[in-house]
Amino acid sequence: MASINLRALAPIGVFFLLCIVIAIFSPNFLSVSNAIRILNASAIPVVLVMGATFVILMGSIDLSIEGIVALCAVVTASLVLNDTTAANLGMWAIPFAVLTGGMVGAINGATHVYLRVPSFMATLGIGFVCLGIATAALGGFPVRIADRGFRALTLGRTLGLPNGIWVATAAVLVALVIQERTRLGRYVFAIGTDEVTARQSGVPVERIRILVFVLAGLFSGMAGVMAAAQLGQGHALIASGRLFTTITAVVVGGTALSGGVGSVLNSVVGVLIVVVLTNGMVLMGVPPFVQQGVQGFLIIVAVSIALDRRQLEFVK
Amino acid sequence: MKTVLELRNVTKEFPGVRALDSVNLHVGRNEVVGLIGENGAGKSTLVKILAGIHRINEGEMLFEGKPTSFRSPRDAFNHGLAMVFQEQSIIQTLTVAENIFLGREQEFLRFGIIDKRSMNSAAKVELAKVHLNCEPSEKCSKLDFAARQMVEIAKALSLDGRLDSDIVILLDEPTSVLERREINLLFEIIGELKAKASIIFISHRLDEVLEVSDRIYVLRDGAVVHETASADASITGLHEHMVGRQLDHEYYRENKQRSSFGDPVLSVRDLTIDGELRNLSVDLAAGEILGLAGVVGSGREAFARCLGGLMLPSSGEILIDGKPVKLNQPNQAVDSGFGFVPSERKSEGIVSGLSVAENMTLAAGKRFSRFGFIRFDRERTECQHWIKRLQIRTPSVKTPMQSLSGGNQQKVVLSKWQIVGSKVAVLDHPTRGIDVGAKEDVYELIREMADQGIAIVLLGDTLEEVIGLSNRILVLRDGEVSAQFDAPAGAKPDQLDLISNMV
Repeated sequence: MASINLRALAPIGVFFLLCIVIAIFSPNFLSVSNAIRILNASAIPVVLVMGATFVILMGSIDLSIEGIVALCAVVTASLVLNDTTAANLGMWAIPFAVLTGGMVGAINGATHVYLRVPSFMATLGIGFVCLGIATAALGGFPVRIADRGFRALTLGRTLGLPNGIWVATAAVLVALVIQERTRLGRYVFAIGTDEVTARQSGVPVERIRILVFVLAGLFSGMAGVMAAAQLGQGHALIASGRLFTTITAVVVGGTALSGGVGSVLNSVVGVLIVVVLTNGMVLMGVPPFVQQGVQGFLIIVAVSIALDRRQLEFVK
Repeated sequence: MKTVLELRNVTKEFPGVRALDSVNLHVGRNEVVGLIGENGAGKSTLVKILAGIHRINEGEMLFEGKPTSFRSPRDAFNHGLAMVFQEQSIIQTLTVAENIFLGREQEFLRFGIIDKRSMNSAAKVELAKVHLNCEPSEKCSKLDFAARQMVEIAKALSLDGRLDSDIVILLDEPTSVLERREINLLFEIIGELKAKASIIFISHRLDEVLEVSDRIYVLRDGAVVHETASADASITGLHEHMVGRQLDHEYYRENKQRSSFGDPVLSVRDLTIDGELRNLSVDLAAGEILGLAGVVGSGREAFARCLGGLMLPSSGEILIDGKPVKLNQPNQAVDSGFGFVPSERKSEGIVSGLSVAENMTLAAGKRFSRFGFIRFDRERTECQHWIKRLQIRTPSVKTPMQSLSGGNQQKVVLSKWQIVGSKVAVLDHPTRGIDVGAKEDVYELIREMADQGIAIVLLGDTLEEVIGLSNRILVLRDGEVSAQFDAPAGAKPDQLDLISNMV
C-alpha cells in the first residue's frame, strides 16, 4: 500500500521540487505577482483538463480540444459586440458557446459509441472538422471583440485576483462534485477500470460514455469563451498548443491513460507543474524551442513513472 | 524408469488460500501421467507453477534431477517443458511455421533474413509428427481449433532434437472443445509421442484420463490424495478420491431446502439461440432452485448468458411475472429483475479498483442517488447491513475489492443482486475458485436467497453441487433438454442418471 500512496503523492512532490529548483536559479519566481501570473496562466488549462480527466479516467481520449476551443471562441466572439457580425448578446453569448461545445462533445461521443470508432480517431477527426468550420466561417480572419464588459470575464479582478482564476476554481469545484458525489462520476471509474463488469451490472455504458464526452465538450466550450475574452478575439488558431498541454497535464498529474486511476485534483496539480515549468524556463531565459522539448520529455518521464509496469501484461 | 520432472513438498499460498499443500509428484521418461481433480483442487495452480507463472512458497521442483525454477512459460519451454493450454498461445495472424518457430528463428537466419523455405520444410517435419496435413505457410487463423491445438503440440515436439534435455508436454484440458473423432486422433498421437517425450495430461473427464494415462494423481483441496497406476483404477474409485466423501447432505444444506414455492416468476417459452440452444421451455417459481446440467457446449452456458442479456436469442420468449421482457442489453436484464453472477469473477464479476461498497451498489445506482447525486449515508448503512448479514470479512466498506479473498468477493457479488432486489438470480459457477469453507458459506447464502423468494438458476461447478442444491434439474445435451429430474431433499437423483443424459 505504501508504494501506491507514494505514487499518488508524487505529482505534488514534483511540483514543490520544481518550485524550489526554479526559485534557486531565479529569485523573481517567488513573488506574489509571479504566483498570480502562474495562476492566471493556469486558468484556461485547468478548465480544459477537467473535461479531459473524465474522458481519460474512462479509458478514452479526447483529441478534439483545440477544435472545440477554437470553434467556441469564434462563436463567442461573433455573438458579443464585435467588428464582424451585428450581434450584441453580451454575457448571454456564454451559454450559447458552452452549449456549442457540449454539442460537439455529443457528436464525439455518438461517433465513438454508435459508429464504434475508437475515441482517438473520432475526436481527432471531429476536432479537425471544428477547426475547419472556424476557419471557413471567417475566411481565415479573426473576429475582434468590442464588448469590454465581456472581456472583464478574464481581464477584470475580484478580491484582487483575475476573474479567470475564479472561473477556473468554479470549474474545479463542479468537476470535483461530479467525480466524488454523483453516479456519473462513479460510473466513469467503474467503466475505466472494468467495462465488462460495469456492463453486466446494468450500468448504461454507452450513455455514460456519450455523457462524458458532452461534459468534456462543455468544459472545452467554457475554455473557448475564456480564450476569446482573454485575447479579445475569436479565430481558428486561438487554441494552438492547448491539446498537448492538456494531455500532458492530465498524465503528469498521475491519471492513468489506461483509465480507472486518477482524479481531477491530480490534473490541477498537473497543470500547475506544466505552467510552473514553462514560467520557470521563461524566467531563466530558456529558448522557446528548448521549452517545447523539455515539455515533451516531461510527458514521457511522467508516463513511465505513473505506469505500474509490474502489473502490465503487455504495452501497446 | 528415469524421472524427468519431480515436485517435492511443493506448497503454494495465496492471501487467504492454501492452493497447494506439500504436493509430491514425479513424471518418468516416456510416461503419460494423468492429473485429475475438481475445480479448485489446485490443478491450475500446479500448472502455473510448472510454467513459471507462479513461484513456489515451500518445497522444490526438479527437472532432470536438478532444482529448477522457471521464470516464465517461455523459459520453461526453452528448457524442455512445453504447455498446451486451452486458451491457445497460437498467434492467429502468423503462419503455421512462424508459430512453431516463434522466438527461435536464429536457426533459419541467413545474413539476418529468415529463410522461409527452410523454415517451412522444418515445420513440415514437425507437422508430420502430429499427422496434421496443412501447409506450413498457411495462416493459423484459417485452421480450426483442433488443428491449432495440433500446431501447438507440433511446436512442443520441435524441441525434440533441438534440446539435449528430455521433453515434457503438458496438456491442460486438451479435449474439452474437441469432437470425439478428434479426441481419438489426439489419443493416438499421444501414444506415438510417448516414444519422444513425457506427457502430463490434465482433464476432469475421468474416462479419458483412465484411457490415456499410465499413472494417475488425484488432487483435492490442494493436496495429492491418491496415486495409482491406471491399470488398477476405476472411474468410481477415482471419483470418490476426487470428491473425498460420499454425498454429504449437510454440506449442501439439504435440511434447508424448500419444498413449497411462491408464485411463478420466470417463464421461458421455446427459447432458441442459433447453434447453441433449441426450443427450451421452463417455468420457475419464487424460491425455487433450478439446476442446469450438461457438458461444455450443451447450451447451458448460452442459456445463462441469454438470461443475463449477454447473448441474443434467435426466437422464443422470456416472461417475468407473466410479462414478456426484452433482454438485448445487460441493463435491460437488470431492469427486468435478473441478476447474473458470471463464472469469471475476476474479469466479469467485480470491479477490482472500486471499493466494497461501490461494488455492492454498482447495479442499484438509482436507489442510492437523488438527481444523480450519491446518498452516501444510505449506501453505507445498506452495505454494512449486508456485510454483517453475509459475514463478509472486510475491514470496512471502503476497502478496495481486490484485497478481499475469493469467497468474500463472491459474497459481495451475490449481495449486489440482493440489494437491487433481483427476482431471478442466474448463478454461473458461483463457487468456482473459492476454498471449501467459503463454498459452504455460499451454499448457505443460496438457500437464504431462495427463502427470500428469489428464483435461482444454477450452473454448478460440479454435478454433485447441482444435485445437492437444486429443487429441480434440467439436463441439456447438444442444445436440447434431454431430461428433467425432481430433486427434493432426501430423494436426490443419482449422478449416473444425469450423466447418461448428458453424453
